[in-house]
Amino acid sequence: LSKKVQAIYLWWHKPVIDRELLQSLPNLKVIANSGAGMDHLDLKLVASFHVKMANAPRAVSSSTADAGMALLLASARRLVEVHHIAISSNMDYCEADILGVKVSGATLGIIGMGRIGYKIALRAKAFEMKILYHNRTRRKAQEEQAVGATYCEKIDSLLQQADFVMVVVSLTPQTHNLIGKRELELMKPTAALINISRGAVVDQEALVMALQTGVIGAAALDVTYPEPLPRLDHPLLKLKNVIITPHLGIKTDKTTYMITEEAVENILAALNGLPMPSEVLPS
Amino acid sequence: MWYHKPVVNKELLQSLPNLRIVASSGVGIDHLDLNLLSSFGVKVSNTPFIVSTDTADLGMALMLASSRRLVEGHEMAVSPDTEYFPADWLGAEVSGATLGIVGMGTIGYKVAERAKAFEMKILYHNRSQRKKEEESAVGALYCKKIDDLLQQSDFVLLAVNLTPQTYKLIGKRELELMKPTATLINISRGLVVDQDALVEALQNKVIKAAALDVTYPEPLPRDHPLLKLKNVIITPHIGSATKKTRHIMMEEMTESIQAGLAGLPIPHEVL
Repeated sequence: LSKKVQAIYLWWHKPVIDRELLQSLPNLKVIANSGAGMDHLDLKLVASFHVKMANAPRAVSSSTADAGMALLLASARRLVEVHHIAISSNMDYCEADILGVKVSGATLGIIGMGRIGYKIALRAKAFEMKILYHNRTRRKAQEEQAVGATYCEKIDSLLQQADFVMVVVSLTPQTHNLIGKRELELMKPTAALINISRGAVVDQEALVMALQTGVIGAAALDVTYPEPLPRLDHPLLKLKNVIITPHLGIKTDKTTYMITEEAVENILAALNGLPMPSEVLPS
Repeated sequence: MWYHKPVVNKELLQSLPNLRIVASSGVGIDHLDLNLLSSFGVKVSNTPFIVSTDTADLGMALMLASSRRLVEGHEMAVSPDTEYFPADWLGAEVSGATLGIVGMGTIGYKVAERAKAFEMKILYHNRSQRKKEEESAVGALYCKKIDDLLQQSDFVLLAVNLTPQTYKLIGKRELELMKPTATLINISRGLVVDQDALVEALQNKVIKAAALDVTYPEPLPRDHPLLKLKNVIITPHIGSATKKTRHIMMEEMTESIQAGLAGLPIPHEVL
């Protein structure tokens, strides 16, 4: 059977692609990933076996941007907390327990202005938010104007002004622990951190400390490290001002379908020796 | 007056001979008997426009939270029993879906502006059709008959005010016209929806889910079925509950009271 395998469609990081597996599949030509992030793959190793790789960047962008906005709004308006108040058997609560932060007119800082980051900017603009962004490279002027986004060459400037900091970068050695103690301390004490990228982009221990001591106001995390977090008393699971979601950024019926379509396109292209729509090369 | 308290009835008005003005928080005035107040020579004011953006924001927050199963997801993520996140756990896509807005006033229109950025197809039903430019600006299609909106929408959002005409606007018939995959979002008033019919519709999967900032009564009795349904998100009437907006509402109410007491024209007077 192993000689027949020419393509792998990687669903949710399974199977694990290691040297053993690659050696056992001599005719493997392509691995298509069910998502945009490729940090779970050793790109150089795979390439050394002459196996092509593809991700699905277009399919995931809208649903991930939607999830980012969902988390931003849920955090600002304390949705999880107030839902529990609304259904709780205890009817005692005071105004202070339910008052949230106004989203319209607030400042959103987007770290990572790729496809997903830009779609977030488009959505945030409709909420009349002021948009700042930090990116490896600056976007074109028309792209900036279309969403009213201001470039912050230094991440510090973004962190100091934002009411909501949205992290939308891919995980690379450069972005590992991008948001640490220093960055959190630059943020406003009323600000919320929203992470829809990868858990390892944030120094999780520093984040816990910052939340516990009021250095920042709240966090909403679709991703953590590891996933799920260890159950035995992990502080992030207990903080009132933290919303955690189970890596649902791309988990919709429509997007799952689109991801599979994109993966199949890439697999067929690779098997037919044609250019692949979203080939990923080891950098 | 905050959160409909105190109850303004004949007894109260008779006991307060020098009462000149009732300043009500928020935009809704369905809890006030305007004719009764007028007969006692008492003026009424509200805070109509300042609540609009926060309420529209909340409508969007509820739609996104419901479709992406945010509350359920959080519970799973923090539950002591969770060992892994199941691969087949899915929500519904908001981008590109069809939103039907019932009540295209200030709040409804702001919802449309926000939904457009999510590339949603927008239908609306209103007493009157909006101007062409207003419709084009948000890409909204007018549905003269509410049935057309209900049959095509993935999300039905209620943003009407409560009047005798909108009382139980959404009942068994309307819920049955909705898609079985549709979600009802209510940011208007609990009584706009026939609540018993809603419970039945949710239990029998006539519609998929509901997200309600308003119910009747508020709060619901603790044994009410709506509090137990997995596909329902309920928030405690927080449409305008942000620090900034509450502050401005307080300022506006104070202005109205001061004008009323001074015999000057009252800002935001309700006639």
